[in-house]
Amino acid sequence: MNKIVNNKAWWLVLPVFLLVAFSAILPMMTVVNYSVQDIFDQSTRFFVGTDWYKQVLRDPRLHDSLGRQFIFSACVLLIEIPLGIAIALTMPTKGRWASFCLIVMAIPLLIPWNVVGTIWQIFGRADIGLLGWTLNKLGLSYNYASNTMDAWVTVLVMDVWHWTSLVALLCYSGLRAIPDVYYQAARIDRASSWAVFRYIQLPKMKSVLLIAVMLRFMDSFMIYTEPFVLTGGGPGNATTFLSQTLTKMAVGQFDLGPAAAFSLVYFLIILLVSWVFYTAMTHSDKNR
Amino acid sequence: MDWMAWTLPTAAFFGSIALVLVSMTVWELRSPCVERKGFLPISTTRGDRLFIGLLGSAYFHLLVVGVTDWSTWIASVLSLVWLFAVMRWG
Repeated sequence: MNKIVNNKAWWLVLPVFLLVAFSAILPMMTVVNYSVQDIFDQSTRFFVGTDWYKQVLRDPRLHDSLGRQFIFSACVLLIEIPLGIAIALTMPTKGRWASFCLIVMAIPLLIPWNVVGTIWQIFGRADIGLLGWTLNKLGLSYNYASNTMDAWVTVLVMDVWHWTSLVALLCYSGLRAIPDVYYQAARIDRASSWAVFRYIQLPKMKSVLLIAVMLRFMDSFMIYTEPFVLTGGGPGNATTFLSQTLTKMAVGQFDLGPAAAFSLVYFLIILLVSWVFYTAMTHSDKNR
Repeated sequence: MDWMAWTLPTAAFFGSIALVLVSMTVWELRSPCVERKGFLPISTTRGDRLFIGLLGSAYFHLLVVGVTDWSTWIASVLSLVWLFAVMRWG
């Protein structure tokens, strides 16, 4: 079949382009402009070249929070993706239970980030929180406000609680889209349940998993509100991630130049990692 | 446009990016590209190669500014060589 190419269709993209230009491209350009200047007020600004980049890229605070950020995102993906797949596989496929499970799974996704932070902040407290109180009564010393490990585990568990549902729901929709004939063929071949998962379900879930991995990576890499509410970045700087370091710089200290340079470095990291994920997952299909 | 705090170098930078995008569009309309595989581990279109070239250039600059005390111009020259290599043989 000959595909008709009509480039006039691009005009239909124009409104979206204008909207994106207004909401993303122009602000982004402004950030680039800010990142090469020392700005005191609107009329007093000096060109400083790459000085802010030099300062920011050699800042140990950025190195530390970048390291923490990568560890956090890696943990999030390593826990949430397999867990989400496992939950999707065990969820009922039809009937009332299916609807019930879907609603229960969707609830954490509907809760605003700061509320999630507050819920876990109270939940984890040793004096009034159910989790903190129970753990301490069981003889486990747990205090997320003073112990680094406890703070990390709490932030991670909070993220897993909040977002695994998204992965599970995406995988569930992917699983429901597999025609029954595949399973029938597998039954005829007496395929084990592992073989069904490995050669039917997993390949068929690939596109939704791509979206899940990308969304979870980008979201976890940009996480701000929940750890800010839960631990405030502490104890010390133990749970201070990139966005919080950036906010301190831009809003707390009002260092707009370095903060702009930091934002662009941050953006480039997210762009690179997302592109690598996307390319790796889309090209493994093509090369097969 | 005063709120955007423009400077000559950043205006030149965005101007050249816009020029590259317009030229790529014209080039694509004149002779549509075919996906091919060069020295990069994946098959790419012309636009993919431009993206990889530009992203690589950004990282060259970050590397030179962040790790060395060399002039930024060295990064820019390296980036141009890289961009050309990716576009031609990538």
